[in-house]
Amino acid sequence: MVTYTVNEDNNPDTVKAKIIVDKVSVAYGDHLALNDIALDIISNKVTALIGPSGCGKTTFLRCINRMNDLIGSCKVTGSILLDGYDIYAPEVDVEVLRRKVGMVFQKPNPFPKSIYDNIAYGVKIHGLASDKEELDAIVEQSLVRAGLFEEVADRLDVSGTSLSGGQQQRLCIARAIAISPDVILMDEPCSALDPIATAKIEELIHELKERYTIVIVTHSMQQAARVSDYTAFFHEGDLVEKGETSALFTNPNDKRTEAYITGRIG
Amino acid sequence: MTNKPHPLSMASLPGLDKRYRAEKRFKFAGVLAVFSSLAFLGFLIVAIALKSAGAFQTYEVEILVKKEKYLELRDQPFIFLQSTMRYNLSGVVNGQAMREAVNMVVDGAEIDLLDHIENLQQNTRADGLGSYSVWVTLSNRVVSALSKQDIGTNLTARQQAWVEGWVANNKVRQRFNVGFLTNGDSRDPERAGIGSALVGSAFMLLVCMVLSFGVGILAAIYLEEFAPKNKYTVFLEVNINNLATVPSIIFGLLGLSVFLNLFGLPRSAAIVGGMVLALMTMPTIIIASRLALQSVPLSIREAAFSVGASPLQTVFHHVLPLALPGMLTGTILGMARAIGETAPLLMIGMLAFIVEAPDNIFDPASVLPVQIFLWAESPERGFEEKTAAAIIVLLAFLLVMNLTAIILRKKLEKKW
Amino acid sequence: MTLSPLKMKRTHSVKNVIEGAIKACLIASSAIAVLVTVGIIFSLIIQSVRFFSEVSFFDFLFGIEWKPQSVTEIGGGKVSGVFGAVPLFVGTFLISFIALLVAGPFGIFSAIYLSEYAGDRKRALIKPALEILAGVPTVVYGFFAAIVIAPNIRGLGSALGFNVAAEAAISAGIVMGVMIIPLVSSIVDDVISAVPISLKEGAIGLGATRSETVRHVILPAALPGIAGGMLLAASRAVGETMIVVMAAGLAAQLSFNPLEAVTTVTVQIVLALTGDQEFDSAKTLVAFALGLTLFIVTLTFNLLGNWIVNRYKEAYD
Repeated sequence: MVTYTVNEDNNPDTVKAKIIVDKVSVAYGDHLALNDIALDIISNKVTALIGPSGCGKTTFLRCINRMNDLIGSCKVTGSILLDGYDIYAPEVDVEVLRRKVGMVFQKPNPFPKSIYDNIAYGVKIHGLASDKEELDAIVEQSLVRAGLFEEVADRLDVSGTSLSGGQQQRLCIARAIAISPDVILMDEPCSALDPIATAKIEELIHELKERYTIVIVTHSMQQAARVSDYTAFFHEGDLVEKGETSALFTNPNDKRTEAYITGRIG
Repeated sequence: MTNKPHPLSMASLPGLDKRYRAEKRFKFAGVLAVFSSLAFLGFLIVAIALKSAGAFQTYEVEILVKKEKYLELRDQPFIFLQSTMRYNLSGVVNGQAMREAVNMVVDGAEIDLLDHIENLQQNTRADGLGSYSVWVTLSNRVVSALSKQDIGTNLTARQQAWVEGWVANNKVRQRFNVGFLTNGDSRDPERAGIGSALVGSAFMLLVCMVLSFGVGILAAIYLEEFAPKNKYTVFLEVNINNLATVPSIIFGLLGLSVFLNLFGLPRSAAIVGGMVLALMTMPTIIIASRLALQSVPLSIREAAFSVGASPLQTVFHHVLPLALPGMLTGTILGMARAIGETAPLLMIGMLAFIVEAPDNIFDPASVLPVQIFLWAESPERGFEEKTAAAIIVLLAFLLVMNLTAIILRKKLEKKW
Repeated sequence: MTLSPLKMKRTHSVKNVIEGAIKACLIASSAIAVLVTVGIIFSLIIQSVRFFSEVSFFDFLFGIEWKPQSVTEIGGGKVSGVFGAVPLFVGTFLISFIALLVAGPFGIFSAIYLSEYAGDRKRALIKPALEILAGVPTVVYGFFAAIVIAPNIRGLGSALGFNVAAEAAISAGIVMGVMIIPLVSSIVDDVISAVPISLKEGAIGLGATRSETVRHVILPAALPGIAGGMLLAASRAVGETMIVVMAAGLAAQLSFNPLEAVTTVTVQIVLALTGDQEFDSAKTLVAFALGLTLFIVTLTFNLLGNWIVNRYKEAYD
């Protein structure tokens, strides 16, 4: 039996932090992509990661569900604790981690299967539904939560790829929440969408934080300001500044942050 | 401090262990597929190499020839051989024994004997005792008895005694079979060699290379650098790509009805074989050459244009030299395919029994893969190891050609 | 009157002629490819027409008796009952089918291993090693099939109580299959890498294992491409000559049993043209009719296979 020792001192500062990132550095071969990052991600809040492209924000996001494992040359050091447990510990199975930490990608990527099968897929592989009724219920509930149910209720058997871009992205969100994760990572989820679809997703994010902790990478500062409670600003692999969104946008401490939000770098 | 399972480990997701086992099985299937494919290749090479071993070596025996007998009988070779064998072996008292004695050495050994002695006379004189010492190749039966360390099965009691006597007196030696690489084909497996076939292959490859390299490169330059994008050139491209997948035997049919029947070119000649193979390899060379041209950066062309070079000058002075190594790599790989090709050559009559090496590209010739085919089809068992040995030689050529191509490509990669 | 300094001088026109000539050379070289295709089609058709003036087209395509050695010269009139090519088509199909049964699973699983499991370093070693299988001359495979594989399969068969013919279809088929593994593997590899990485990440992000990702997402998405690839492999198998000439049967037998000796279209082409017959007799002309059939079948397979593979790749662009 693999066991894990954990310090259960109830530190009031860490209790509400869902994820605690400390001294995380990421290297692709010789290239250092992230340098000594420390960040607390608060439970049931939306944390936005912003910064110019190539600053490492997506790399950081992909550390949280270990998607970076797919890249052979990528090496992560430091610690990332989810509910106090190190996700890079040797006894961790990435499949379990990714069940807990779902992900929504930049480009909507529904499987070339029916809407129903898209959402049922994760539930089936993890064996989360004991029978067909339960599975149906999960699919419906996920669609409802993703705000898509009314639009597709009568055509669950059509291919997920036949939906519009915004619908596809909400389908992907429904797919992610069907396996009841604690955290949802969103990698520029609106970059491929039109303004109306974007507004719907943003509204959805607002509703979802009731149940889930959300980390969102965005290149749009307006979006970060609209949807997030906390913001972290990355620049050239460094985490330059972090804090409550309102404070960070109105009163940045670092010159680089100021330069970015006023549009001088980016 | 408490100990409990890590919530992110397998223990907290029922059924994951089963999924991991499925994962392992799946990966194992992949490893197995790769491994068994490579194992088959290894098995093929080892099995053929083992079968070929005997063909590369030969056993010889030292025979003493009396000078006076040589002078007396040299115009009656077979009688000369008989008398020599009687002189060298004890107990050759009757016809049966004589037959067994003659069967100890290779068929036609009398010719070898006379040749050797003539050479000896030119170089040195016979020793004081008035006899020559000559090495003669042993017959297949004796060789197989010697190499298998099993003298009993194929030899008569008398022959066994002779062999044992020779071995005891150190009169038998093992040598690399040079004849296999230099001799022409023969009905007799002991004398058959791939010499003529090698010459034939060389002639054919020369024809094939000159034609396919020349035409292939010019066509590639046109298609890549000059051709307008219209329906004709698209058709041309589709055409070339499809030609690359036409079964080789169809090219043989084309060669038969056009080159032989229409143009009246000689059957079995290296020129026809080379032409057929050139048509076959041309599409491959065109495709490879176009890739090589594509890999030359646009900036080179722009630089040439900017100093006022015409499009043709740009291509021939600046682009072509840079693309040439890549084109050569493609050509070598095309030749590697051509050298082993057999089926189309059968169509143009290249399976005649040919002993002499061709003098030019119009002579009837045999080539290595066809020689392999002919020997493989021969019912005589002695040819099996010859076939295997010829295959090893063919594979060695392929290895050298492919290595050359790889080295050339590596050199090319460094450049950009 | 002065010439514009940007207009070329008269002396350049010689250069122009030379450039024109070189260009004509280039165009002529590319035209040879078309000429070859035309040559193939014409020579096959002309000789086939001569053949079909002696043998009925219907008899050839649907007849089930193949015994060209029993043709007797009657002089004029049509020959019937000896050039029924169905046994050859069946034999060709049987051996190719066995080859695909071998090349399919091995090629597909090799491709999956190479693209999903082997790292860059292993891949760089294994891929060229597999390619060697495609580079071995077919005459070598033929010898190997006849001398090593066939006797072993025969021995195995009799140990298990089966009666296996000396030139059983299965020996030629297996060896041919091994030869095609690299072809299947490289096409499937291409097809798999054309599946967008975002789909793969979608499954991985949900917590699917690698094999679940491959089985549930990548393979279903790649299926049309793989089917196209198998058609290309089939075309290669149908046109293969030396392996079957050396390891398959020479006499026609209408059978679907892989343990019996069957003959193929290519074998009969070789047999018809390597004897001592007159070139004009139906016995030799039949080779061109068979060649034409072979050409049409392989061309169809290739065009169809390439069309499917390309359309599939475009669907994900």
